[in-house]
Amino acid sequence: MVTEKQIWAYLEEVFDPEVPVLTVVDLGVVQKVELKDDGCKIVITPTYSGCPAMKRIEDDIHEKLAEKGIEKVEVELVLSPAWTTDWITEIGKKKLKEYGIAPPEDEVDKSVLFADPTVVPCPKCDSRNTKLISQFGSTACKAHYQCNDCLEPFDYFKCLR
Amino acid sequence: MNALFEYLIRLGDDSLIIGHRLSEWCGHGPVLEEDIAMTNLSLDFIGQTASLLKYAGEVEGKGRTEDDLAYLRCDREYKNILLVEQPNGDFGMTMMRQFLFDAYRKLLFERLVNAKDETIAAIAEKSLKETKYHFKHSSEWIIRLGDGTEESNRRVQDSLDTLWRYTSELFYTDAVDAELIAAGTIPSMEGLEEDWEKSVGEVLSEATLTIPTNNWKQEGGRKGMHSEHLGYILAELQYMQRAYPGLEW
Ligand SMILES: [Zn+2]
Repeated sequence: MVTEKQIWAYLEEVFDPEVPVLTVVDLGVVQKVELKDDGCKIVITPTYSGCPAMKRIEDDIHEKLAEKGIEKVEVELVLSPAWTTDWITEIGKKKLKEYGIAPPEDEVDKSVLFADPTVVPCPKCDSRNTKLISQFGSTACKAHYQCNDCLEPFDYFKCLR
Repeated sequence: MNALFEYLIRLGDDSLIIGHRLSEWCGHGPVLEEDIAMTNLSLDFIGQTASLLKYAGEVEGKGRTEDDLAYLRCDREYKNILLVEQPNGDFGMTMMRQFLFDAYRKLLFERLVNAKDETIAAIAEKSLKETKYHFKHSSEWIIRLGDGTEESNRRVQDSLDTLWRYTSELFYTDAVDAELIAAGTIPSMEGLEEDWEKSVGEVLSEATLTIPTNNWKQEGGRKGMHSEHLGYILAELQYMQRAYPGLEW
């Protein structure tokens, strides 16, 4: 009989299709694992409403668990509580930086219009002298920055709260 | 008529149509960053639409999915406000339409997170986080263009003058809203219009733009009476499903 802990370990082998350095557990989209009589239920939550990766993540979870011999898997998508970048694990943040994506920083409320912009350190040289190019980057979850010192253009995994 | 179904269709169609309009910019943005930004916004709106129309289909109980609702209704059955179907025009026009809508949508979701209906509250909670980004983005452009060059100021002022007539419909209410508020399904929307005027006014003033004094307003979308633009949007939006029914990819 498979344990809940084991399933969590299996989920550590399912990667986010858009940021393949993170597992779905690192990303914090797995809300709950429930054991059922002859299988399990996995509750996941989307990062963004229109995130095209969610269907893929669902399929990948089915595939991975089937590979581990768990056939009856139900994946449920819930919207509340809404995902926040605070749920990205510390290991996840470290992996992001090593991959060249600046992890989310503490940001002021997005509804405050004229606040000072958040300082996002360059993932390559750690300089704090960087500039925002666009609030919207290569995917919904990222913004586009550039380092003023080493000139590296980089993605920033923007804070969502 | 099922009031909850109707309400969800209204909100879902607003995001469906503005999301589609934004997607028309794909490959045509004035700069690469904005091309990417507008398609990202579009994706958020289509995602919000999927949640809203999926729930509408469940509430209706006739087995219609979010895709059935998005692709297989006729023009009169779409209940989006007229503002969101207005043509993209130049970038300033698109940003002005977006700004007027984002300011409303943000204030609306701030109220709907307190809805007693748990699904509406959950959709609002999820969407609000995205909407805050949208509002910041469009507000910054309005300020930059309004308080920019003579030419950029003239263009966004023209856009504001053109679109202002469609803003009263943001606050259109009828028996549908009244029934849901009375039943406690959604919270009261008292003060929504005043809050919107304040929020929009602050940005327009910073942008050195003038709020039109012409009070002639155009409404109809909530009752399914649309401008000529919606038909063209639907022709493109529905083409694949009409030509190849049940097509999947
Ligand atoms: Zn650097």
